[in-house]
This record gives sequence, structure tokens and C-alpha cells, in this order.
Amino acid sequence: MPQDPAERRVVVTGPPRRARRTSGYYRPRTEIDEQTTLGHTYVRSLMRSQLRAALAVFAVLALLVAPLPLLFAALPDAHHLKWLILGFGLYAPLVLLARWYVRRAERNERDFVRLVEDQDR
Amino acid sequence: MNENYAVPAVALVVVATVFVGAFGLRISRTTSDFYVASRTVGPRLNATAISGEYLSAASFLGIAGLVLVQGPDMLWYPVGYTAGYLLLLLFVAAPLRRSGAYTLPDFAEARLASQAVRRLAGAFVVGVGWLYLLPQLQGAGLTLAVLTDAPDWAGGVIVAVVVVATVAAGGMRSITFVQAFQYWLKLTAMLVPALFLALAWQGDGAPRHAFDEPATFREQRVVRVADGLDLKLRAPLTVTVTGTVDGRPHTDQVLHLPAGTHHIDRGTRLTFAKGAAVPQADRGTNGGMSTSLAEGREERPLYATYGLILATFLGTMGLPHVVVRFYTSPHGVAARRTTVAVLGLIGAFYLLPPVYGALGRLYAPELALTSDADAAVLLLPDRMIGGLGGDLLGALVAGGAFAAFLSTASGLTMAVAGVLTQDVLPSRGVRHFRLGTVIAMAVPLAASAIVGGLPVADAVGLAFAVSASSFCPLLVLGIWWRRLTPPGAAAGMLVGGGSALLAVAATMASFPGTGALHALLAWPALWSVPLGFLTMILVSLATPGRVPAGTAAILARFHLPEELSGAHAGHGGHGLGGPARTEVTRT
Repeated sequence: MPQDPAERRVVVTGPPRRARRTSGYYRPRTEIDEQTTLGHTYVRSLMRSQLRAALAVFAVLALLVAPLPLLFAALPDAHHLKWLILGFGLYAPLVLLARWYVRRAERNERDFVRLVEDQDR
Repeated sequence: MNENYAVPAVALVVVATVFVGAFGLRISRTTSDFYVASRTVGPRLNATAISGEYLSAASFLGIAGLVLVQGPDMLWYPVGYTAGYLLLLLFVAAPLRRSGAYTLPDFAEARLASQAVRRLAGAFVVGVGWLYLLPQLQGAGLTLAVLTDAPDWAGGVIVAVVVVATVAAGGMRSITFVQAFQYWLKLTAMLVPALFLALAWQGDGAPRHAFDEPATFREQRVVRVADGLDLKLRAPLTVTVTGTVDGRPHTDQVLHLPAGTHHIDRGTRLTFAKGAAVPQADRGTNGGMSTSLAEGREERPLYATYGLILATFLGTMGLPHVVVRFYTSPHGVAARRTTVAVLGLIGAFYLLPPVYGALGRLYAPELALTSDADAAVLLLPDRMIGGLGGDLLGALVAGGAFAAFLSTASGLTMAVAGVLTQDVLPSRGVRHFRLGTVIAMAVPLAASAIVGGLPVADAVGLAFAVSASSFCPLLVLGIWWRRLTPPGAAAGMLVGGGSALLAVAATMASFPGTGALHALLAWPALWSVPLGFLTMILVSLATPGRVPAGTAAILARFHLPEELSGAHAGHGGHGLGGPARTEVTRT
């Protein structure tokens, strides 16, 4: 390394380039690592999308299960129905809901990683 | 039941458990191996282990017995036990794994940076764990007593000794293999006899009235009442009696009993005619896993059903032995996939108990009158098939039942011992963990000897209700809500979990008698869960200054995929009590 004082590091400034997306400047990954307000906004957006997916599945589950006791109470003679639904009918929907949620949650995370890493470049 | 086959089957299960545990011991070297199997357990093995651990005596014997005694409403139990995992997946699984904490107290401390909340969570873990261990030991006692002439305490002692030996020797690594093995054992022990029973049912002309209400006797049947009981008759009943009914002795006399409650003394023989409806024994009087959980159903059936749904759906995520297993996943994505696999595995298993329950209503309806309804699964092969085949199938079921006691008890002992070692015993290390294991098992064993005949199986329902009202708010709010504070978390756990505990304790002591209050106390989840959430939220909002400083960073770690957060946690050798703290400071 040449020790010439003329080669000391200088700061170069330019006019603000408004046309570019501002987020391009902020390097989300660093933001997240360094716990800045903007980093928190990123994490919040991920949390919100994950919570939305969870609540959507939860709502489907609630709609599926909550009316059943009322239904059985309204049809006191439908014993076969009760055996069929409670004994054998609910497990497959539970597994399907779980699979749908996992796919959705993993996609949310992949999208988030891609967003962050694209903008890091 | 022929004990010549059942005893070797049980012995074989015990020996196989020790053997598989010893295999785990050979590869369980470091402290991290010991507690979290070095967090390298893949989704499939881990899911099988979780399912093996989760399917307890209540699932293996209790559900069929409940259905036999009380009909299809009781099928809400297995549905709830399964759906609990869906809620765990939605709100807890991945963030919990990413939190890097090993136990619920670790989680509380990592999230809230408070020793006080940590200790409170630890107290609840030990309490819930002991409540859940008690019925496992008693179930083992019942099974061995039904199969052989062994005294009631023998089964519990055998389970306790085997569990302490495997857990203390091999820790988490060893019980991962043991429990995966026991899932397949339990499924086989349920499935194979069920197939033969279904064939026998077909050969019998496939009678369908198993699904009718109430259950009826399909042939003349003599029932000997072993312990005195109260019969509740909805309709008049004609029965031939030898013995004492309502204080009056009879000898081979035909009685027309009007609707209402009748007391039958012990030793009385009742002969029911073909087609007679099976009367129901009064709940409180005949104990056992099948009957006691349903207290309070009579008065408010709809309220009780919703209470049960809420407790089981939300309680699963806070059960200490369930939560611990999630820390053994390598990362958050694996934790999620593991949960889906668990849903499939336990869902498949729970298709079988209703079959036993329905067949039990057909072929062994009189069990509803004895204290042995839980034994329906054990007795059906002998009753329906008989001969050598029946004996062999009965032995298979008995082995599966013992696997159920052993696996659930190991998981609970592991969780309780972990908390005891970290927070109660003075110094840390594998030797103290072994001491913790002995203490974790000794207390419920002593309790099961002391409380003896009480309907302790209420403990399972109690454990779910307490867990749903204390840990569920802590986990859900801790993971999704930034403004949770240590005072809020502590208050919520105390108010929610504490009130659920008091309510069921009051019911077990048969404090309020009957009426709306009784139903409220017997099924606390419907009010205690909202109470827990509400207290946690309101107290947190009232103490905004106490939000821990690192909250944003911690929540980021909970939710960011591992590739971003840089927390490739868990591949190092985490010492006991260390993981949460070291990882928090690293972020």
C-alpha cells in the first residue's frame, strides 16, 4: 500500500437520486442485524404475514369445529353422524389444514429472504 | 384373561425399552446429547418420538373406556388431543424452536429476561408434569391388576423403576429412540387386534346397534358389582337381583326399579335380560380413568363439551413433555414439518380407540357398571375371540398399554427432571440430572400410593386445563405480542393457571355439589383461558415501562428464518441452562 498522503480516503457526495427506490440504499439485512427501526419494520412485516396465515387456518378450524356441538345438540338422534364425524371424520381435515399452513409459512419466509437478499445486492 | 401370555408380553416390552435405551446410551456422549439429542433429530424420527410420547394411558385405554361408558360425545377427547397440535403448529412451533430455549422456563427467561417469571413457569411445569404422571402410574397399576393378581401398586413401581433407569442413563438421545420404537409398538398393539375384532364382528353378522343410545345388552348377562355403586336410571329397569339394592336384601328376585338413583351394595349380582338398556353408574362413585373426567357433563352438556374442546385444543402446546421435544429439531422449518407428521401419526392412531369403544358397547357393556371400564381394550380380545388367539391378542394389547405408560412417563420425567436440575438443585451436570430424575418420579409415585382410590385421573383433564390457562397465554403472547411485560406474564399465569387449578381441585373435593357452579368449576377452561389472556394483556398494558429492553431483537430471532438471523443455534455444545442466555447475548 502506498503511503502517499494524497491517497487518503475521501468522501464523495452526489445529488440525491430520487428515481431509485430508497430501500435499495438501506441494505435490509444489515438493518435487521443492527436492530434499526427499519430492520424492525421488516421483521414486523414478516410477523404480520405469518400471523395472518396462522389466523386464517385458525378461523377455518373454528368454523369447522365450533358448530359441531350445537349441531349434535340440535340432532339428538343422529348417533351415526356423531360417531362418523367425531370418530373418523376430523383427522384428515386437520392434517390438510396443517399442510396448507406449513406451505404458506415456508413461502412467506422464502419471499422474505428473497426480498432481503435482492435488496442487499 | 390369561396371564401366561400377558406377563411375558409386558416383560418383553420392558426389556425392549431398556435395550433400545441402552442403544441410545452408547451414542449419548455430550451434555447437549443428553438434553436435546444435540438438536439433530430429523423430522420423521422426531415426529414418531413425539407421537410415541404423547399417546399415553389416557389415549390407549381411557378413550375406549370413556366411549364405552358415556357414548360418542367422549370422542371429543382424541379430536382435541390431535387438534392441539394444529394450534401448536400455527402459533408456537417454529418460533419456539428458534427461541433456542430448552424448557418452558428457559423460554420465559429468554423472552422476558426475568428470573421471577422463570421460576413461576418452572413451578407450573413441575406441577403439570406431576399431575400428568400420576394417572400414568395408576393406569399401569390397573393394567397389571386386571391382567394378573398383582397388587395395585406393582404396575406403578415397575413403570417408575424402568423410566428412571432409562432416562437417568441416556437422557434425551436415548428416549428419542425408545419413544419412536414405542409409537410403532402402540400402533401395532392397537391395529392388529382391531382387525381381528372387526373380523369377529363381521362373523357375528355385523350387528350395528353399537351406535345406538343407550347401549343395550345383546344377551342375558350377569354382572357382579365389585364395589358398591349408585345406579342412575333414566327409565324403569327390570333386573334379577341376588344381593342388596337400596338397603334391602334380595335372593334371585326379579325387581322393577323405577327411574332414579339406586344404591347397589358390593358383591351384589345383577342379571340383565337380553335387550335391556345398560344403566349408567353415578360418576363420582366408580373412579377410574373413564368416568371421572366427565364430571359435570350431566348438568350442562353443551358447556362441558366446549370447555373440553378449549382445554384440549389450547392445552397441548403447554404440556412440558411435548414442548421439550421441539428443541430437538435442527431448525424452525424442521419443527413445523415435524408437527405436521405428528398430526398424521396421532390422527392415524386415534382412528382405532373408537373401534374398541363401539365394540365394547356391543360385547362388554357391563364394564360400564364396574370400575374396570378402562380395561375394555384389554378384555375385548378375550371376550370376542377367546381361545389361544384371544390370549395372544390380549397379550399384544397389554404390551402396548405398558408401552404407553412407559413412553409418556419417560417424557414427563425428562421434562420435570430438567426443570428440577436447572432451577432447584444446587449445581449442574449430568449427575445432578440423575438425582433430579429420581425426585421427579418419586413424588408422583408417593402421591399415587397416598391418594389411592381417589379419582386421580381428573389429573389429566386438570393438567390440560391448567396448561391451557397458563402456558398457552405465555407462549402465544410471548411470541406474537411486543408489549408483554414480566409482571403481566407472571400475573396472567398465576390468575389463569391458578384459578383453573383451584377450580378443579374444588371439584375433586366435591365442594359445590351440583348446578351451574359445579359445571363452571368442573370445566374451568372456558373462563380460565380468557381470564389468563386478559390478565396478561391488561397487566402488561398497565406496566409499559417494564417491557424488556431486548424485546425487538428477541422477536426478530423468533421469527426470522435461520439463514437471516444468523442463529444457527444448537450445533455447539450447550450446557444446561445455558442455551437461552448465550444465544440472547449473541444476537
